[in-house]
Amino acid sequence: MNAFTIHQGLCATLSRDDVDTDQIIPKQFLKRTDRSDYGDACFFAWRYDENGQPRPDFELNEPIYRGATILIAGRNFGCGSSREHAVWALAGMGFAVVIAPSFADIFTANSLQNGLLPVRLEAASVSRLRERAARGGYHVTVDLQSQEVRDDDGLVATFAVDPFGRDCLLSGRDPIAMALSESDAIGAFESRRPDWLPHTDGPGIV
Amino acid sequence: MNQYSQSAVPRTAYQKIWESHAVSGDPRSRALIYIDLHLVHEVTSPQAFAGLRSEHRPVRRPDLTLAVMDHTVPTWERSRPTPDLVAAEQLRQLADNCRAAAVPLLDLHHQRQGIVHVIGPELGLIQPGMTVVCGDSHTSTLGAFGALAFGIGTSEVEQVLASQCLWQAPVPTLEIRVEGELPLGVTAKDMALAIIGRVGVAGAQGTVVEYTGSAIRSLSMEGRLTVCNLTIEAGARAGLISPDETTVEYLRGRAGSCSGRDFDRAAQAWLDFATEDGARFDRTVVLQAAELVPHVTWGTNPGMVAAVTGRVPRVRDFASEAEREQAARALDYMGLQEGTAIEEIFIDRVFIGSCTNGRLEDLRAAAAIAAGGRVNPRVRAMVVPGSQAVKRAAEAEGLNRIFTAAGFEWREPGCSMCLGMNPDVLAPGERCASTSNRNFEGRQGAGGRTHLVSPPMAAAAALHGHFVDVRTLQPAPLTGGAVAAT
Repeated sequence: MNAFTIHQGLCATLSRDDVDTDQIIPKQFLKRTDRSDYGDACFFAWRYDENGQPRPDFELNEPIYRGATILIAGRNFGCGSSREHAVWALAGMGFAVVIAPSFADIFTANSLQNGLLPVRLEAASVSRLRERAARGGYHVTVDLQSQEVRDDDGLVATFAVDPFGRDCLLSGRDPIAMALSESDAIGAFESRRPDWLPHTDGPGIV
Repeated sequence: MNQYSQSAVPRTAYQKIWESHAVSGDPRSRALIYIDLHLVHEVTSPQAFAGLRSEHRPVRRPDLTLAVMDHTVPTWERSRPTPDLVAAEQLRQLADNCRAAAVPLLDLHHQRQGIVHVIGPELGLIQPGMTVVCGDSHTSTLGAFGALAFGIGTSEVEQVLASQCLWQAPVPTLEIRVEGELPLGVTAKDMALAIIGRVGVAGAQGTVVEYTGSAIRSLSMEGRLTVCNLTIEAGARAGLISPDETTVEYLRGRAGSCSGRDFDRAAQAWLDFATEDGARFDRTVVLQAAELVPHVTWGTNPGMVAAVTGRVPRVRDFASEAEREQAARALDYMGLQEGTAIEEIFIDRVFIGSCTNGRLEDLRAAAAIAAGGRVNPRVRAMVVPGSQAVKRAAEAEGLNRIFTAAGFEWREPGCSMCLGMNPDVLAPGERCASTSNRNFEGRQGAGGRTHLVSPPMAAAAALHGHFVDVRTLQPAPLTGGAVAAT
């Protein structure tokens, strides 16, 4: 698991609500079997025209956002498919933080697993950040320890984050290793499971 | 008797499942939850298996894991290798991974192959009170059995393969109650689209939904699967229906169920997971079934929905600037004019299938409309059964002959054009009446335009070349499950 404590970076905006994971990473890129190099495919249909050239009318193609690492997004970001490729693509495009009024549940879980921090702020705070970011050259600091977003002009916005995800990110602990460290409890639980529960290696299944 | 029978405070099915699956941790905040069944497919699993290999971790419970090939499989020609080499490599890796870890696999040529959310119920592997996960958001489908079933990402797939557990926090419950009787021609799909239209695509975010009410109780298991399938489109992680006699009878005689007296014991244990009278939900939304109509989506998310007798909305009618911008963008993408009557929208393609509407009941309802008709010459229509079992049952009833006689293509099972990861895709600008679950931009093919509808609405659109209110049509009578000869 990638650790996350504090991040300072340039903000870019994507001012749309309900951005689904089909837009973040279209299906044609889901046939690969590795976790890396999805950055060029991120927002593929919005970002490039039929000839593969950047669309000038797409916000994230604006030169003022080049090198951005913090994405300021709309409500219900990452809805739809559970594809973790969406998180790999955003990270591959250079983002370390997404700030939005709300996130889809599975996207939130996937982000935390990959050290891409989903920062949920009040809609009014997100609007304020978006206005400042739209001028270009806007940097903020995202501090997971204090759960704050800060800028150089005195803006401080506090965000909530899942405490377990926060602990994992701050410590860099691996949730799988943490689960496996409970193997005695898992074994004890298994010995108590009711016998009517199905098994996939039984007759008539495969 | 299970531990809940004597409980003083009435509890929901979700609370009972949650509390009975906590392995360690604090069930009130964050607990390690045991997973009773893990379903796996080719698209979201290769990186998880690779992660296990690199850490030298075995699959803990291959006997609680089942893999199937569904997302990228061709639905036309299967005797030769798929020409898509990248997809073929992904399928090969699934086969290799399953072989190495002794995970049971239903491959491309298996007689029980099908869409992951269709085959689980058919095999009797989804039972009340279970926890079920899959690297796929439409895992919510399986909550129809009174199970806690939800989609996860690839990192969590790896976690479940390794430990058969997941770290989870309890969430609030949202009751969606539908009372009364569905009018003729209005299906479970229309009910689900109406619900999403009402609560919005993020309206159930952060909750587990429980569907209640007489209209839900009256649904068959197939209809319940359709309703729970679309729960994710309202933003909820999971949706479930408390188990009852309909659930028990569906499971009787299935491969995954016990038999004889063991079945009766299991059935009692299942019903003990039912939500108790007086159990409290954190929020409740109520709909009246009698007021529901056939629905058609007009935009680029499943909440952008209209009655078939309605019109494409006007941008100025939306309350906020953000909504107006979103609607304008959706209309532009969909190539639609404000105020157009839904019945005047002409289509190029029809897709009947998917984990939402690819079951036998769906195909019967579509066939009853298609029987004796002819697909409009400007339309290309295809029917993709949800599984090999659905395909065999449909063929035994003669549904395939009804479809092909009317000019529909009859295909092999898979996810197909629901997400277009195989060759079944829309061309740019093509407009499709689809029984699937997502009308997102490019979902069925780059530039493609998707309208979500019920199976009978899709069949009617295929015949007429545009949307038609199925309530004005005479479906062919069904006799003993088969459509009568026409």
